[in-house]
Amino acid sequence: MAWQRALGVLLFLVCAPFAGGLLGGLDRKLSARLQGRQGPPVLQPFYDVYKLFHKQTIVVNRLQDFLVGGYFIFSIFTGCLFFSGGDLLLAFFALTLAEIFLFMAACSANSPYSSMGAQRELVQIMSYEPMLLLAAIGLYMITGSFFIDQVADRGISAIAFLPGMFFGLVFVFIIKFRKSPFDISASHHAHQEIVKGLTTELSGSELGLVEVAGWYEDVLLLGLLALFILNRNPWSILAGVATGLACYFLLVLVDNLFPRVRWEKMLNWAWAVTLIFGGTNLLVLALVL
Amino acid sequence: MTIVAFLILFPFFAAVVLSQMKKPGKARDIFLYCCSALIIAAVIALTADTLTAGISRSYLIETRIWDRIILAGEFALMVLVFYYGFKFRKYYVVLLSAAQTVPIGWMELSGRSVEGEVHITVDNLTVIMCLVVGVVGSLICIYAVGYLKDYHRHHTEYRDRSPFFLSMLFVFLGAMFGLVFSASLTWMYFFWEITSICSFLLIGYNQSKIAVRNSFRALWMNLLGGLGFALAILYSSLVLHAADIQDLVFLGTAAGSRAVLTPVALLAFAALTKSAQMPFCGWLLGAMVAPTPTSALLHSATMVKAGVYLLIRLSPLLRANVAGVMVTTIGGFTFFAASLLAISQSDGKKVLAYSTVSNLGLITACAGVGMYEAVWAAILLLMFHAVSKSLMFLSVGAVENSTGSRNIEDMHGLIVRLPKLAFVMTVGIFGMFLAPFGMLIAKWAALKAFVDSRSVLLILFLIFGSAATLFYWGKWLGKLVPVIRQSERLPDTVHKDEWTAMWILTALVVLICVLFPLISTRLVQPELIQMFHIRLSAIIGTEDVRVMIMMLCMIIVLPAVMWVLTSINRKKVVPSYMAGVNEGDDRHFSDSLGQPRQMYLANWYMEDRLGENKILKPSLGISTAGLVILMIVAIGGAL
Repeated sequence: MAWQRALGVLLFLVCAPFAGGLLGGLDRKLSARLQGRQGPPVLQPFYDVYKLFHKQTIVVNRLQDFLVGGYFIFSIFTGCLFFSGGDLLLAFFALTLAEIFLFMAACSANSPYSSMGAQRELVQIMSYEPMLLLAAIGLYMITGSFFIDQVADRGISAIAFLPGMFFGLVFVFIIKFRKSPFDISASHHAHQEIVKGLTTELSGSELGLVEVAGWYEDVLLLGLLALFILNRNPWSILAGVATGLACYFLLVLVDNLFPRVRWEKMLNWAWAVTLIFGGTNLLVLALVL
Repeated sequence: MTIVAFLILFPFFAAVVLSQMKKPGKARDIFLYCCSALIIAAVIALTADTLTAGISRSYLIETRIWDRIILAGEFALMVLVFYYGFKFRKYYVVLLSAAQTVPIGWMELSGRSVEGEVHITVDNLTVIMCLVVGVVGSLICIYAVGYLKDYHRHHTEYRDRSPFFLSMLFVFLGAMFGLVFSASLTWMYFFWEITSICSFLLIGYNQSKIAVRNSFRALWMNLLGGLGFALAILYSSLVLHAADIQDLVFLGTAAGSRAVLTPVALLAFAALTKSAQMPFCGWLLGAMVAPTPTSALLHSATMVKAGVYLLIRLSPLLRANVAGVMVTTIGGFTFFAASLLAISQSDGKKVLAYSTVSNLGLITACAGVGMYEAVWAAILLLMFHAVSKSLMFLSVGAVENSTGSRNIEDMHGLIVRLPKLAFVMTVGIFGMFLAPFGMLIAKWAALKAFVDSRSVLLILFLIFGSAATLFYWGKWLGKLVPVIRQSERLPDTVHKDEWTAMWILTALVVLICVLFPLISTRLVQPELIQMFHIRLSAIIGTEDVRVMIMMLCMIIVLPAVMWVLTSINRKKVVPSYMAGVNEGDDRHFSDSLGQPRQMYLANWYMEDRLGENKILKPSLGISTAGLVILMIVAIGGAL
């Protein structure tokens, strides 16, 4: 229904940055406690972004404005598509487009850290992309539709048929959420060998836009995990949110437990998990359904 | 009928005239523009005619004289191959050519050949192919005029044989039109062989040692495919009494008939060689030594499409049998392996070649699935690929003529040095792999079709191959956009005719994403309904189309909005950080001793894991083994 879609988009547009920022704050707090530090206040991400928008923005070229703008717009667009119950595959394609804009923004700076981060980002996309597509395919196989509203409108939660896909998705989300051991293009940890590759040459409001777009993206990704839980029962929404949060904290835990690995390992592991868990799940579905 | 005759015969006439115009100059250029314009006009007239007159028409029932002429032509081609074979002491091509032409000639002359009813047909698929060949092909011919001038200015070591080159391009166009209009297998085979020979002659254009070697490689592989084609004709004539593809499809879809499997497998084999599928991809990679218009016209937009065109024609016969398994497996594997191989390449044309091989693999796999949706995806891929890829080739050619290099590493910061070309190239790359542009739409439909046919292997090839595709196109884009301080804007030496072709293609890449629902409903779907006798609703729903048009508008509007925003709020521009103080030119930084030190940013090629020396041979081995086994099963099982 039209009003439901409009509501979904509106809720996403208004609430997602708050939810995303808050999650980021909790992440920092929890990580700090795990490391025996006090940690910043939970609202620190908002303070950071507020400050970023009030700084003088320094750019290395004028092309960056356009490219960062593209990233921002298409990240949000992807989320709107998702929460309005649109086509899941199309949402992923829009997400890829957004990522490519960010990648181009980093490349356009022509600085060593920025370029290195950009190339690594591309390897990251290459690593997680197959699993994302496979998850969409899995959902399509059991529901006969790529449309999210129809995927969610079922008697039994999708996870009952797609446990392998769900696991694979959580695994590649380590990459997508920029968590160690796979945070090779940009990281929150000060001890990594490249901390902020991708965003080295972004500052002020541009960096702020990238941060906010990241929050939108985080909510979108957790929404995707929740989609595996959703069914016709309204209470499943709560279960979905709880699952999303649980996975997020699992990711934070992993982030603090494992040291960064080289890109080969990331690519190998991500593709292997996709093939073994996702592929097996797919094969079973193809044989049974 | 007049239009069909015009389209087949006129290019040959134009070729004869062009070969006689020895002096490059205004007169020749204008003649060529007129010919190209006439061909485009004729193709558009044919399209309009077919759209109004209805789906499929057949011509030429009684064709004794034409059959004789074509037979004579086949022998002439054999003589030509003999000439080159003996001249360069490549006796295997002589053998291959004789092995196919002599039996066909024997069959025709001894009266054993089956007289088919129909020799020429026009249906929506032919119209689509004609649009691709006519519009894209003519644009490339226009481009060639300007390109050749620069080519010979840069390569003074090669003899200027431009009359020969241009006339071969038109011979080729005529042959392609003949190929798509032919219903009779024998006729199709004749035009098929002409395209092989054209390709051979054009690859060897500059007569350097490496060009000659590669041209013979292309020749023997294509002749091997031609041999498969000839055997298929012999088998279907002598055993099945079928003379055209329609007969074969009719025989094959009749219940319980397995006899067509042999000719279908042989024709599919021919198609795989023509479309440069593994293990035959070597000829297409070698073909990149040819001048760029050749690569754009023959080796990406049209000739290699002849193979997949044949497969699409055969697709109802490929559903759920060994021949189909052969085609889908080889196609899917080629898509995956060629995408990985493209990552390790830095030569622009080599990347385009691997990408072409890989996309043809996807089309092949779609055709092999043999279902409505998959063939829909195949036809759309064919169109989108022709437009985007020819644009890519033309822009790489133009960059090469402007900067003297076609290496992607040398395109670093092209957006400052040659902004217009960088823009055109960016549109081309977007068209190849990003939403909401053409190739991605078709890939999406292909994915859907693979899921619906439960082809797990194909799904896996597609998703991993797509990820690799994203990587190699992405890093190419990343090379174009760096804004480097103090770089000179190079003079725009690209000729007007080259720009004409490139701008029209750029517009087509964008337009086609808006127009594809129309093409689908008016041209593709009626054809498929006729082919599969079922009716399906639109593969990509209207809601998705609406979203994609929205995305397209956003991409178009965004630069304008951003330009306005940034001109209101001017931001401070500073040099980038280089792990040392930037010396101000973005190329040097001060090291720890205060000395300026040069910096060079290279792309990532993963040579040690994905290099040609690592994975090309294993891929060829796997595909050869697969092809041989499946051919044996297909033919052995049917006999």
